[in-house]
Amino acid sequence: MSALLRIPTVLRPAMGGATSITVEGSTIGAVLSDVTSRFPAVKGQLLNDDGTLHRFLNVYVNDDDVRYLGGVEATVAESDEITLLPAVAGGAQ
Amino acid sequence: MLATCIRALPDEGCGLLLGTREGIVVDVVASPNVAASAKVYEIDPKVLLRTYRRADDEGLEVVGVFHSHTHSPAYPSPTDIAQAPDPAWHYVLVSLAQVPSEVRSYRIADGDVTEELVRVEGVTGALGDD
Repeated sequence: MSALLRIPTVLRPAMGGATSITVEGSTIGAVLSDVTSRFPAVKGQLLNDDGTLHRFLNVYVNDDDVRYLGGVEATVAESDEITLLPAVAGGAQ
Repeated sequence: MLATCIRALPDEGCGLLLGTREGIVVDVVASPNVAASAKVYEIDPKVLLRTYRRADDEGLEVVGVFHSHTHSPAYPSPTDIAQAPDPAWHYVLVSLAQVPSEVRSYRIADGDVTEELVRVEGVTGALGDD
């Protein structure tokens, strides 16, 4: 199952510089395994040690936020577009 | 930006800066603070997605973020510094801790904070625009 993964600017240097890559996997978990096996340096920014999605990573499949679709269990269909969006957060505290 | 942050009170207000690669901000995109807190902010992921897509469509880039400190100065906190998502971005802080409010901009890279000058040009629209 090949899909397109859009890479945010901040992760591009560690992922070969491309704005997007083709990825394999029928779930988000499988896709991120594909990504982290090819680019081990980004693993900590994508996944927690228990394999769940990093709290500050937003993942969209087309227009849907995967946290409402089962997180790493969310399914990925052929030609879907997956977007990784690191959260933008901070605060006075 | 100021109107967005005042409207967000008592919570921190926030939004994204849309502009050119050279650092000229052409639009400000207000966002709900999904952390809904007076101490922390988080840009609504739906606004993030929509703004990135708009940037792609219009040949622009997301060049930074603004947020307010309701009771502290317009300077990045340790949280701001630790969670700064992109070293290429501009980080604008709006302090509502005093009157008049203070707006300052910074670069944050590898834990280093450098203030930068903000120059406003060609302001259009009514007073109180975001």
